[in-house]
Amino acid sequence: MTQVLLFNVFNGLIVGAFYALMALGLSLILNLSGVINFAHGGFLAIGAYLAYSMMPVLGFWGGLVVAPLLTAFLGVIVERVLIRRLYGRDPLYSLLLTFGLAYILEDGTRYIWGAQSLPYPIPGWLTTPLSTSFFFLTGYRLFMVGLVALVVAALFLILGRTRLGMRIRAGTADLETVSALGVNVGVLRNLNFGLGIYLAGLAGVLAAGMLGLQPTIGTSLIMPSFVAIIVGGLGSLPGTLLGGLLIGVASGVTTVFFPSATEAVMYVMMGIVLLVRPRGLLGEEGRVQ
Amino acid sequence: MSKTDLLASAAKPLAADSVSSVPLRRRTIVQAAAGASLLQVASPFVITARAAETVKLGLDNPLTGTYAAVGKNELIGCQLAVEQINAKGGILGRQAELLSEDSTSGDAGTAVQKARKLIDRDKVDFLLGNVNSALSLAMAQVAAEKNKLLMVTGGHTDAVTGASCHHNVFRICNTTQMEANAVTPALIKDAGKKWYYITPDYAFGHTLQAGLEKACAKAGGTKVGGDLTPLGTTDFSSYLIKAQAASPDVIVFLTQGDDMINALKQAVQFGLDKKFHLAGGQQELEALEGLPPEARIGTWVFEWYWNQPNVPHVKEFVDAIKKKTGRVPTARTWFGFASAWSCALAANTAKSLDTLKMAKALQNLHLPPEVALMPDAPYFRANQNQLIPNLFVGHAQAQGSAPDDLFKVTTVVKGNDAAGTLEESGCKMTWPS
Amino acid sequence: MTAVDKRLSTPVIWILLLTMPYWMDAMGGYTELACRVVVLGLAAMALNFLLGFTGVLSFGHAAYFGLGAYGAAMTIKFMVPSTALAIVVGVIVGTVAAAVIGALIVKLRGTYFAMVTIAFGQVFYFIAFRWNTVTGGDDGITGWQRQPLNLGFTTIDIQHSDIAFYFLVLALFAFAVAIMALLLRSPLGRTLVAIRENERRALFLGIPVERHIWLSFVISGAFCALAGSLYALLSNFTDPRSLHWTLSGNFVIMAVLGGMRSFWGPLVGAAIFVVLQDYVSSHTENWMSVIGLFFVLVVTFFPRGVVGIIKRRVVS
Repeated sequence: MTQVLLFNVFNGLIVGAFYALMALGLSLILNLSGVINFAHGGFLAIGAYLAYSMMPVLGFWGGLVVAPLLTAFLGVIVERVLIRRLYGRDPLYSLLLTFGLAYILEDGTRYIWGAQSLPYPIPGWLTTPLSTSFFFLTGYRLFMVGLVALVVAALFLILGRTRLGMRIRAGTADLETVSALGVNVGVLRNLNFGLGIYLAGLAGVLAAGMLGLQPTIGTSLIMPSFVAIIVGGLGSLPGTLLGGLLIGVASGVTTVFFPSATEAVMYVMMGIVLLVRPRGLLGEEGRVQ
Repeated sequence: MSKTDLLASAAKPLAADSVSSVPLRRRTIVQAAAGASLLQVASPFVITARAAETVKLGLDNPLTGTYAAVGKNELIGCQLAVEQINAKGGILGRQAELLSEDSTSGDAGTAVQKARKLIDRDKVDFLLGNVNSALSLAMAQVAAEKNKLLMVTGGHTDAVTGASCHHNVFRICNTTQMEANAVTPALIKDAGKKWYYITPDYAFGHTLQAGLEKACAKAGGTKVGGDLTPLGTTDFSSYLIKAQAASPDVIVFLTQGDDMINALKQAVQFGLDKKFHLAGGQQELEALEGLPPEARIGTWVFEWYWNQPNVPHVKEFVDAIKKKTGRVPTARTWFGFASAWSCALAANTAKSLDTLKMAKALQNLHLPPEVALMPDAPYFRANQNQLIPNLFVGHAQAQGSAPDDLFKVTTVVKGNDAAGTLEESGCKMTWPS
Repeated sequence: MTAVDKRLSTPVIWILLLTMPYWMDAMGGYTELACRVVVLGLAAMALNFLLGFTGVLSFGHAAYFGLGAYGAAMTIKFMVPSTALAIVVGVIVGTVAAAVIGALIVKLRGTYFAMVTIAFGQVFYFIAFRWNTVTGGDDGITGWQRQPLNLGFTTIDIQHSDIAFYFLVLALFAFAVAIMALLLRSPLGRTLVAIRENERRALFLGIPVERHIWLSFVISGAFCALAGSLYALLSNFTDPRSLHWTLSGNFVIMAVLGGMRSFWGPLVGAAIFVVLQDYVSSHTENWMSVIGLFFVLVVTFFPRGVVGIIKRRVVS
């Protein structure tokens, strides 16, 4: 029993890392632009399908590099054409718009690639588990965790050390002043959105390796992402990371005791966290609400 | 006119124009866009001509969402059947027309709404559907209320022709008990006696597990453990960890569709196929097609399979579907095909479109070979309205004789052997006087 | 709202609603669709009592809708086959839940409030799914029908006559809407609007803000539960989907689409949402793209929802 529990905790961290990747992209967009991006799952699916289509030419690794970039490019266009009109308005309009966008993306992927699930093979050497007893630590999952760690480190480096990152952080705190100081806020939001969508596309390519590839691949992942953000606290990227990991571990532990509740437990956890600590675990005072 | 007056009069109309012309322009664009988006997108298969003399079949099946792939295959089967029916003279001498509605994949409210739409507004003579067990039950209720013949294409839960049976509700696909009975001998032989279940947490999963547990116990097997997984689970790793700890002979996957793909894919990635057998009950070609080749393993039961070289008419059917879609037909295609044909047979045999007369005509009706497409003729069991077909037990393979040949049939089980007795089904059918 | 369209809109809407079964059929609809529009419109308007007039977003109102639906279904199936009792039980169950949950969460604000409402909704969804001996699980509660209304001097057969049921729904809708309108016009309503406009100032004025938000939450939950009971009676069926957050999301969409700041906006939004989806999905498999495009266009070009277009036309 303890071994199963321990395994599930480890495994939960791995799964949580994946949730965190998706949630971080969503969090970036929410923090700076105040946009609730319901279409995030749709961009995830696009990333996965693009990688699938390019696989014969670029292989698995090429797809992993190129597909998220293409998805980010699509995101940048979408931001410029559609999302830009939402700034300054009630955030509920972003909800309606991205909701409509999510519909279009799901239907579009179904129209282009079909409803039938597509097989997405990953390189053989990646699929072997590391040891027979720790069988759930497959090369692919560890690779995924490593990639997420890399991405998170890069993200924090960008935000902490580059000018773009500094502007994003400043913009999250006070966009008006940043604009008054001469920064092109439009470009800033655009790049920030693109960065968030890049993370979605990357999550999509990774997901395709573990899950069946079909048009609704993103829709089941969007709620855990929102929950991760809230549990961690709005406006806090470390909080989002923590939230994702917590969801993963909570689901894993719940499987041991109450297997059919693995999906419901993240809501219970969110409810408890919010009732005890109304701003999430690492949320700060006066944050974006 | 002074300069100021001129300027003033020149300025005024412009200002008025600019205030009302912008919204007007925007409004026209949007109206045009809205109008354009409402224009019927060319859909080659939905026939919307409402000629009064046609006999209408209404299919209420998912075309979007999780079940889109299987729902679409059932639709294609129905379309082919309607084409053939019309080529052979139609139903009672009139042309048959197929109306298709999207029930969506999970919302029973929508499925019920569309069923009522088909019956009340479109005045269909037959109702067909659904892939989803719960939606099938909901539609059965509507059909009973409105006294319409319902042909359940792909909802497997036992209650449809069991505890909740109605005289005007018929089912083409098998019950979960039949599938369990058919596959258990092969599972015991190929995989072993100690079973661990991974069961999707809804009626289909529950009844399939119950059926398997019963059949397994009868064959001397045991259940060493099991877990109920929420529908739509993406990550099965925590369940697989528990399964591994239980040390079974075989992990029995009862999940379907995307859940099946996720579970099997992850199980093989974990190398569990090297430690245990991976197998289960119902399996479908749609799931095998979505798996990477190394995950196409295990002993399963199919309800219909396309590669039947010695059975007449199957090749024509396979070729006809390949011409339509470029892929081989799946069991779902056959469900749709047989459902539509059964409706036509019901009407032509009863020589009437009256629901009660047609229901009576279907009792013990055997499907002709061009519709049956299997070694033994399936028939609707009297007072249960359940079709008793062959079942195809075998194992999945990465690739067989053709790229689409992903299943090797080892045994064709006769329906009578797999079906329990009428009492066991729990159906107590009442007929209106 | 200008005097012109205020005086026009209410009678126009009522005339349309009273005659809907007749012109709906001619337009290619059907009476049940009309029922759906009114029921979901009621749910959206109930939500908007909280969202548009108090300024608080709840993303979990399907919980009360679903509880109303289950309350009604379980009453007829397991207790007494009476439509009136079913509706009463459904409303009571939903209202009590809203009162309890509202009290727990009233300290939260903004996105946190919205997310915690989702949490509660999903817990109810999970219970309905798992407690399958009582709730039927994924299959929902089937095998029952709405019962004819016995008014003593006459029996209205709402079971077989769709039109009779429509007018029952419309009558209850009228009742609910009248109460909501009265409340909004009363000092309570004005206080809610004050809270929406500037919560901090309302607090400084000595208004017990949290109590008012709670009241608004309960009232909107109660009418949502009424809509839920009617929905179950409409389909003779209910299932866990009536509790899921995606349905809550649909109510929010309807309110925003139609116009949050207008009283009738959510009804218009619900009508468009329901009818458009029904019509388009019959004609093309790609209805999701059409609906999605429609949402995108409305948001991009019409800042105040569909009602905003109508108002502008009246003004100019």
